[in-house]
Amino acid sequence: MTVRFNVNGKAVEVKAEGDTPLLWVIRDEIGLTGTKFGCGMALCGACTVHLDGVAIRSCQTPVSAVAGKKVATIESLGANNTHPLQKAWIAHDVPQCGYCQSGQLMSASALLATNKKPSDADIDAAMSGNLCRCGTYGRIKAAIKTAAAEMQKA
Amino acid sequence: MTTTTKTNAAPVSRRAFLQTSTLATGGLMLGVALPGLLSADARAAGTLYTPNAWVHIADDNTITLLSARSEMGQGVYTSMPMLIAEELNVDIASIKVAIAPPNTALYGNALLGGPQLTGGSTSVRDGWEKLRVAGAQVREMLISAAATKWNVDRSTLKAESGVVSGGGRKATYGELAADAAKLPIPEKVAIKDPKDFRIVGKRTRRLDTPAKTNGSAEFGIDVKLPGMVYASIEMCPVIGGTVKSFDAAKAKAMPGVIDVVQIPDGIAVVADTWWHAKNARQGLTVVWDEGAGAALNDKTMLAGIRAGAPADKLLPLKAVGDADAVIKASNKVVRAEYVMPLLSHAPLEPMNFTAHYHDGKVDLIGPTQWQDAGQGTVAKVLGVKPENVTLRTTFLGGGFGRRIDIDYIIQAAQISKAVNKPVKLLWTREDDMTHDFYRPQSVHTLAAALGADGKPTAMTFKMVSQSVTGRVFGLPMEVQDPLMTEAAIAAYEIPASKHEMVKHDAGLRVGYWRSVSHALNAFANESFIDELAAAAGKDPYAYRMSLLEKQPRFANVLKQAADKAGWGTPAAGGRFRGIALMEGYDTYMAQVAEISMKDGVPVVHKVTVVADLGRMVNPDTVEAQIQSSIVFGLTAALYGEITLDKGRVQQTNYHQYPLLRMNEAPVIDITLVPSTEKPGGIGEPATALIGPAVANAMFAATGKRVRRMPFSAEAIKTA
Repeated sequence: MTVRFNVNGKAVEVKAEGDTPLLWVIRDEIGLTGTKFGCGMALCGACTVHLDGVAIRSCQTPVSAVAGKKVATIESLGANNTHPLQKAWIAHDVPQCGYCQSGQLMSASALLATNKKPSDADIDAAMSGNLCRCGTYGRIKAAIKTAAAEMQKA
Repeated sequence: MTTTTKTNAAPVSRRAFLQTSTLATGGLMLGVALPGLLSADARAAGTLYTPNAWVHIADDNTITLLSARSEMGQGVYTSMPMLIAEELNVDIASIKVAIAPPNTALYGNALLGGPQLTGGSTSVRDGWEKLRVAGAQVREMLISAAATKWNVDRSTLKAESGVVSGGGRKATYGELAADAAKLPIPEKVAIKDPKDFRIVGKRTRRLDTPAKTNGSAEFGIDVKLPGMVYASIEMCPVIGGTVKSFDAAKAKAMPGVIDVVQIPDGIAVVADTWWHAKNARQGLTVVWDEGAGAALNDKTMLAGIRAGAPADKLLPLKAVGDADAVIKASNKVVRAEYVMPLLSHAPLEPMNFTAHYHDGKVDLIGPTQWQDAGQGTVAKVLGVKPENVTLRTTFLGGGFGRRIDIDYIIQAAQISKAVNKPVKLLWTREDDMTHDFYRPQSVHTLAAALGADGKPTAMTFKMVSQSVTGRVFGLPMEVQDPLMTEAAIAAYEIPASKHEMVKHDAGLRVGYWRSVSHALNAFANESFIDELAAAAGKDPYAYRMSLLEKQPRFANVLKQAADKAGWGTPAAGGRFRGIALMEGYDTYMAQVAEISMKDGVPVVHKVTVVADLGRMVNPDTVEAQIQSSIVFGLTAALYGEITLDKGRVQQTNYHQYPLLRMNEAPVIDITLVPSTEKPGGIGEPATALIGPAVANAMFAATGKRVRRMPFSAEAIKTA
């Protein structure tokens, strides 16, 4: 089937079976490879993108379900690392292997879009679906707080 | 290249056998074909010159420094260039980095006996002097080039911040590089006294972070070649099983499928997208010869390890006095057995590699910890010359030892040859978890006699496990495996002791897993010393200290950790502390875990770490590695267990093999001891200590001694 939707502000039209996970359409058809495959079962969060502003697991979202909707991937956050979260990630040197970090950043940006001043518990609740095998959790939490403070100032 | 480098001391046995076996897997001598591995912007910078194997300078002054080690999160993409830049006198933030191509002569790991292998927390220790010498050589070559060009004495010139200057003249490194590259590499160069370091030892931003926060970092899964097709492989559910027969008719009719090919490890579906390839596996009918592994069961494997087998080799490690006799004669003896389960590595990026077989050549691109093995083995398996196999290393989405193995690289190359196209092979999470090289099970049997003062008068230690080195490097059964004996001999002063290792082949393929045998041996030793303290009626910290009078580096980290954690003062309500101590990779470390019990299992609130690892390259990375290791080790201690039934691994994804999540991650308080000792490794040791620290805290909390991992409610209840 042909599915039309919007990715990072651009209209796209893809031909794929309707049950193809959005993840693979984004990666292999559209060619945006920042979104990662980790588990295929929505257990790890590496594939997190925004669907109409809400963080979702693209590995479990059929492309047919995004017709007419807006998808945002890590590539839209700031190619030059200008988003306060990216700046905070760099300031705290959060990533290690880095593989999960696109998903971490997309979960974090969805959180800050609705909660300007998240508590530790809010951050835990929003981020505990994103696994990091390198164990960067402490730095992620600190960076989210830094970014939130920065966004408050702005 | 010629260097004045001395290698750090490594156990002779390890180096000797690794040297032998590296030759067997094909240590290779190749020219450096650099442009192919440089980033596009580095290539665009202009003509490249190669003053030596570590430094490349373009005529626009773009400087590229090589890391001979794979970046898998541990920070070598920054720390290796820092060592070179220190002597080259360039701003670390201005350079570019490339991961070295396979070339053991140039880039071999001396600490491991020569392979171009990232592992064993060796990168900084191996590179510490070698990379500084490399930077100094190029600095001197640039100065010599300028001296010749300007016809002045080289002693009047200096090389600073990418510029050679003196006598009112100056030139950028880029302007001098072409001339410098023609000069012989100086054999003897002066390197800085560490007190003069301007880069090494300073907290330095990682050079790979920006690419990892905007999605642009290239991992193996992201590689794309013109005309590339995608592959997914159906492997026998029993590791080691082979294809008896298969019917691919239905799979071939599924959307996007280009071909279905048999390779030794299974049936590969090749398609226009990875999703099509993976989906079409459902259309395959494969009859397997499950082979010898079909009977494997983790419980019988463990029973075999515990009971021993006729083929098992008992290898004495160390004996002082007659420990058995002292224990036999003693009226106060403590005995304990500790058991460790099978573990998977479970890096977040599933195994993958991209291969392009063409014209009798093979190009390999992807994530690996062992470049020359990938190159050499693919050459051998595909019947091409090693010099016709290129390998470019991407970022690794986690390694942890899994990517020392090269099974998936061979598969990708075989599939590419079969379909005559560039192929990206990507495993599913399920493929990855069920076809790992697992950390072996182990059983430790310890006994000690206590004297009238409560101190141990004798101790015996027997560890039974499977040798990973036997599989990976072909180490004979009768030779001690130095990667089984790590941290087996603790620092505590005990008048009589006997340490023995037993190698038992439990039948499943096993692999190096972060911190390798440190985690196995430290759990036994650090639990046991706690048991001895309890039997003696002593405080576990004070008891350890009383046995460390001749071990100042151990005693120092232990005391600092206890002080920082508030040992001896009451913990917050319902919280209890446990302590543990170890040396590993030349790093001395103590940890205090603070826990409470909830619903029969431990909640770890805080971990206090004190580490003395000698000189450091990037202290922020050191802290990051400790943080990482604690989460990694705690994941294993609380949850990690792979089980087998009828030869099939029972855990297929993260719901059955959980990883620690953010809401479970403890606060980690780290103190790094200032030191001028030679550098220690830091990618792994903290992994090994968190388990015993938590076990000891659980004992403090419940009075129950949990002697097996993981610390499940069941394991604690039945302890």
